[in-house]
Amino acid sequence: MADTPKPDELAKIDHIPPLLKGWMDTPAEIKPGIYCYGSKPKDLNYVDMPNPRDWSPMDDDWKLPEDWEGIIHEGFKDRRDKFRTLKLFMDICVRCGACADKCHFFIGSGDPKNMPVLRAELIRSVYRKKFTTGGKLLGRLAGARELDEDVLKEWWYYLYQCTECRRCSLFCPYGIDTAEITIMGRELINLLGLNIDWIAAPVANCYRTGNHLGIQPHAYRDMIDFFVDEIEDVTGVRMEPSLNRKGAEILFITPSGDVFADPGTFTAMGYIMLFHYLESMGLDITWSTYASEGGNFGYFTSHEMAKRLNAKMYAEAERLGVKWILGGECGHMWRVLNQYMDTFNGPADFLEEPVSPITGTKFENAKTTKMTHIIEFTADLIRHNKLKLDPSRNDNLKVTYHDSCNPARGMGLLEEPRYVIKNVCNNFYEMPPSTIREQTFCCGSGAGLNAGENMELRMRGGFPRANAVEYVHKKYGVNMLSCICAIDRAVFPNLMEYWVPEVDVTGIHEMVANALVLEGEKERTTNLRGEPLPGMEDEEDV
Amino acid sequence: MPTVEFEGNTFNIDEDGFIDDFNNWSEAWVRHVKTTEGIEELTDEHWKVIKVLQDYYKKNGIAPMVRILSKVTGFKLKYIYELFPSGPGKGACKMAGLPKPTGCV
Repeated sequence: MADTPKPDELAKIDHIPPLLKGWMDTPAEIKPGIYCYGSKPKDLNYVDMPNPRDWSPMDDDWKLPEDWEGIIHEGFKDRRDKFRTLKLFMDICVRCGACADKCHFFIGSGDPKNMPVLRAELIRSVYRKKFTTGGKLLGRLAGARELDEDVLKEWWYYLYQCTECRRCSLFCPYGIDTAEITIMGRELINLLGLNIDWIAAPVANCYRTGNHLGIQPHAYRDMIDFFVDEIEDVTGVRMEPSLNRKGAEILFITPSGDVFADPGTFTAMGYIMLFHYLESMGLDITWSTYASEGGNFGYFTSHEMAKRLNAKMYAEAERLGVKWILGGECGHMWRVLNQYMDTFNGPADFLEEPVSPITGTKFENAKTTKMTHIIEFTADLIRHNKLKLDPSRNDNLKVTYHDSCNPARGMGLLEEPRYVIKNVCNNFYEMPPSTIREQTFCCGSGAGLNAGENMELRMRGGFPRANAVEYVHKKYGVNMLSCICAIDRAVFPNLMEYWVPEVDVTGIHEMVANALVLEGEKERTTNLRGEPLPGMEDEEDV
Repeated sequence: MPTVEFEGNTFNIDEDGFIDDFNNWSEAWVRHVKTTEGIEELTDEHWKVIKVLQDYYKKNGIAPMVRILSKVTGFKLKYIYELFPSGPGKGACKMAGLPKPTGCV
């Protein structure tokens, strides 16, 4: 694993483009700290993905299949004919450059090939040569080039330096979705087995056990039981969350990161507490050890794999006989659910349109998918005054909110998270307008890039977000960064430690649970993390 | 796959120096990781952490969440970092022969 440069060193970023040498004449130089390890054969084998083998991106020989050029050509042609968006996005870009400085990876690295326009051009240039008359006849004059091994390696290197966050797309006058170009590019190179370990391993795990981490049912139960004990320690209330319960009204699905890794685990405890609170008011909900993953790393390899991994959600809903599905705080999960699930594995006509059993609210946005976001569900509860909350329990926090890319740009969840936060804590401060809501800056580690070996890339890509956090930290004393995505919760602790070490990370439902006043609870002296509540610092038992 | 030679044993390892298969773990492996992790002396407390990790892994097929490790061993996270400077995931799991956790972690 490469040593990551120190922040003051890394912050010296050169954005001046090279003057003498054109980009086509500059082959990619694959650098430690930026690239991710190659996928392992056992993982590709497990899900029958092409060309499983031991390989390293640092070797000259990537052990490609003999006819790799033919495979890419056919794959490209198929996808061009199948996806109108791909053809459109390949054809219409006028290279105006409006997207160039909008990418967190370009801002943080200064590498010209991280300008979205140029990252797409890496593929577009080959498209022109293969499929357009101008490109075939005029070659380089028309911005076209042949696909050779160096070009293929360049594709791999830069396709795994895009988090598919779609910030660039927001600024494109044509509405070109550069993330979809990355998605297609990754799909193409996956035909040759060019994946990364950090994506391929969770995909194989997810296919085997239902979740990225490979948690088997008894281990999942063990984790939930652990949370129940912990909650009892803090609140004095014993809770009994259901797992795999047939006949429940609602199925709850959340990222497996929440039941395994801090600080997501505190958010998972938050869900358990909220559900317990609502039980006597009519909530009938179950978790599942099979549909035990909201996220979908398959989406970072190909549509086909995304579809295969997504299938368990409706399958489990049907098996358990629930009426609708509630989904946890996750990022890319919602892009897949909101925009693909219905056509991937639907229509889910055995489910009903989600209605809150507590308030009677119909969740219109989930009419087709039958799956509602928990932040919308909780915002609705608060709006109807159904939760007894004591926000002063979060008075030690000065909170800002990171709009997780996919829920913000992929489904427009902008107001609900803010509404919930403002009701569960008293100190909330927004980051600058050009870094939040639709314009939110990515965490820098999404789309499967949250590995350990590419830490320099992650710290560079997360720099714009961290910079905005630092701004509110200095101006208002913000000490907590909240988010609604499990990748965010996994990667922000590293990013904050590196750029703004005074700031910690939380999911919103952790704060909800801390503020939630439970019936029959003992006097709460600590929050879920075991830290003393404001005003309880001198209590003996903390 | 890279290999490492230590005390006459050959271990297959991944890029980050994790052993390829839990079944190939041995006490010699622990002594090898000790040298790469900058641990001066292996104490009973190191072994306690290793044992808890391995028992959990044998039962569940994955590493325990850090909070469970902390609760079962009775060691605060900070102390686990003192025992294993690169942390419970990268240091202790590596020494115990467990694979790296992947996903949203």
